[in-house]
Amino acid sequence: MLASIIFLILLGGAVAFFTRNAKRIRRNIMIGRDITINDNKAERWRTMMKVALGQGKMVSRPVSGIMHILVYVGFILINIEVLEMLVDGIFGSHRAFSFMGVFYNFLIGFFEILALLTFVAVVVFWLRRNVIKLARFTKPELKGFPTIDANAILITEMVLMTALMLMNGADQTLQARGNAHYHTAGSFPISQFVAPLMSNWSDGALVFTERFTWWLHIVGILAFLNYLPYSKHLHIVLAFPNTWYSNLKPKGQFTTPDTVTDVVAPNFDPAYQLKYDPNAPMRFGAKDVMDLTWKNLMDAYSCTECGRCTSACPQNLTGKKLSPRKIMMDTRDRMEEVGKNMDANNGEFKDDGKSLLGDYITSEEVWACNTCNACVQECPVNIDPLAIIVEMRRYLVMEQSAAPAELTGMFTNIENNSAPWQFSPSERASWVNQ
Amino acid sequence: MAEMTASGETPEILFWVGCAGSFDDRAKKITRAITRILNHVGMKFAILGSEEGCTGEPAKRSGNEFLYQMQAMQNIMVMNGYGIQKIVTGCPHCFNTLKNEYPALGGNYEVIHHTQLVQQLIDAGKLKVDGGEFNGKKIVFHDPCYLGRGNNVYEAPREVIKSLDADLAEMKRSRVKGFCCGAGGAQMFKEAEHGDREVNVARTEEALEHNPDVIAVGCPFCNTMITDGVKHFNKEGQTKVLDVAELVADANKL
Repeated sequence: MLASIIFLILLGGAVAFFTRNAKRIRRNIMIGRDITINDNKAERWRTMMKVALGQGKMVSRPVSGIMHILVYVGFILINIEVLEMLVDGIFGSHRAFSFMGVFYNFLIGFFEILALLTFVAVVVFWLRRNVIKLARFTKPELKGFPTIDANAILITEMVLMTALMLMNGADQTLQARGNAHYHTAGSFPISQFVAPLMSNWSDGALVFTERFTWWLHIVGILAFLNYLPYSKHLHIVLAFPNTWYSNLKPKGQFTTPDTVTDVVAPNFDPAYQLKYDPNAPMRFGAKDVMDLTWKNLMDAYSCTECGRCTSACPQNLTGKKLSPRKIMMDTRDRMEEVGKNMDANNGEFKDDGKSLLGDYITSEEVWACNTCNACVQECPVNIDPLAIIVEMRRYLVMEQSAAPAELTGMFTNIENNSAPWQFSPSERASWVNQ
Repeated sequence: MAEMTASGETPEILFWVGCAGSFDDRAKKITRAITRILNHVGMKFAILGSEEGCTGEPAKRSGNEFLYQMQAMQNIMVMNGYGIQKIVTGCPHCFNTLKNEYPALGGNYEVIHHTQLVQQLIDAGKLKVDGGEFNGKKIVFHDPCYLGRGNNVYEAPREVIKSLDADLAEMKRSRVKGFCCGAGGAQMFKEAEHGDREVNVARTEEALEHNPDVIAVGCPFCNTMITDGVKHFNKEGQTKVLDVAELVADANKL
C-alpha cells in the first residue's frame, strides 16, 4: 500500500515535470518565425514512417546503423514491459500481465534477448566514443557537456539493462523456491545464467534484490524521461515530428523570400501587389534564432549530435572551421538562452546584446559552406543545417553588406555584365565563331 | 532566338549556355560539344545570345537574394516573351535554378540537364553512339552536387558513359555520398577559408586512386576544380578531365 502511494507520487511527479519541460521546448521552438507546413500529408506520413519509425537512413552506415536499430527496437519493445511495471507499481501486483500465459512467457523471453542485444550495442557505442575515438566523436564542438551527455545516456542504458537481468534472476530464483508472492511466470533465456549466482542467497536478499532492481529500473526510466529535455537524447521524441515536417522539395531548391520579391518585383511589374507593409520594419536573412523558422529550431532540438553531417562535410574534412553539427548545436544553445531570458522577463525577450550569428556562429563558418547538401543528405532525422547557413549569408549580405571582397566583386560583375566575371554581355555568343 | 522568332520559327528546345559555357575558354569546348550533338541529331535549338544573363545562382548561394531576383526576373521576362517551353542547360547550377527556383518568380519551363538530353536521345535511337577512343577506357564519374543530391539525377550521366563501352569505375564517395569538387556555394569565386587542404585536391585524389584515363564530369565548375586537382598531382599526362558531352561528341567524331 505504502509502496503504491510512493510509486504514484513518483509517477505523477515525473509526468508533471516532463509535461512542463515539453511545454518549454514547444515555446522555445515557437520563438522562430511562423511558416505553414501541411502540404502532401500522405507523403509526410510516408517519410516519417520510413525515416523515423523505419530508421531508413541509419543503415547507410551499417555498423552504427544496425547497432542503433537494436537499441531502438529494444527501447520500443521493452516499454511494453514497462507498462506492466506501471500496473504492478500502482496495484502492488506481481507480473500483472502473466495471465497471458504462454504468450507472456514468450514476450519476457524475447525482451531478455532484446535487452542483451541492447546492452551489447550500447557497450559498442561507448567503445566507439571512448576507446576507438572515432573522428566524428572527437570534434571540438563535443568538448565538455556534449561528451558527458553522450556517456551518461549510454551508462544509464547499461544500468537499466543490468537491473532488468538482476531482477529477473532474483525473480526466477524466488519462483523456483515456491515463494507465495512470486508465482511462476515468464521465461528467462538470458537471466537463467544470472540465477545460479544467486542460488545460495537467502529469500530476504533475493526479495531485496528483486525489489531494488525493480525500483531502479522504473525510477531510472522516469528519471531518463525527464533527462530528455536537457539532452541531445530528445531526438527519440522529436525525430517523429521533425521527419513529418521534412523538406519534400528537391534539395537543390532554396527558398525564395517574398520579402525580397516585394522590393524587386515592382521594378518589373507595376501591377505587382505588395505582400507586406512597406513601412513595417523588416529583416532579411537571419541574425538570431527569432529570424529563423520554427522548423529550423525544431531541427536544432532534434539533433542528437551524431556528427554524420560533419563527417560528410567537404569543408570540415579539409580542416575548415565549418561543422554542420556545430551549427545545429549553436542554434539550440542560443534558443535555450533566449528561452531562459524570456522566462526571466515575463515571457518577453529582453535584448541581451548577443546573437546567434556573431556570438555562437562566426561568419568564417558561414562563408566556408559549399551548399553541397551532403550534411542534409546524411542526417538520419532530416535536419537541414544548410537552410540556417543560407539565412545567415542573406543577413550578412543584405543587411550588413559584409560579403567577402571577392564575392562583392562577383556581385558587381553580375550587376554590370550579367555574368560573374568581367566579360561584356555582347561577347556572350562569341563561342559560336571560335 | 531573336533571329528564329523574326523568321517565324519555333525551336524544339532552348539551349541555356550559361556564363561559364559562354565565357570560360575550357567550358566553351563543352558548349560546342553539346551543340555538335544537337546538330548531329538535327534537333532545332536556339540560344538567347546576348539576351541571356546570369541566372543569379552564385548570387543566391551567397545570400544576395536581391541580385538573384533581379537577374531571375529579367531572364524570365525574356523567356516568357519568347514563349519558351523547354530548356536544356550545360551546367547543373543553371539547371537547378531554372528548374526549381524560377517557378516561384513566374518562370515555368521544362528544364533538363544536357546529360539527361543525351541519354534521352540515345534511348530514343536518335543518337547512335560508339565508344570510339574511349572503348574500354577506365572512366570515373564525379557527381555534381546540384545534379546528384540537389536533383536526384544519378543515372543519366552513367548510362551515357556505359553506352561508350567504357570501364565505368565508382569512387568511394559517389551518388548520394558524392563529395563536392569545392566550387559550389559561390566558393568558385573566392579563396577558401583557412584549413588543412583544398576540397578539389581531396576529391581529385580520390578519383586518381582508380588511375583513370578520364575523370568525367557534368559541370563546368567541377571541370575547372578537378582539372586543377589533376595538375596539382602532375597527372595531366595520364588522366583527362572531360565533360560527358565531350566524351560522346569526341568518341563519335560529331
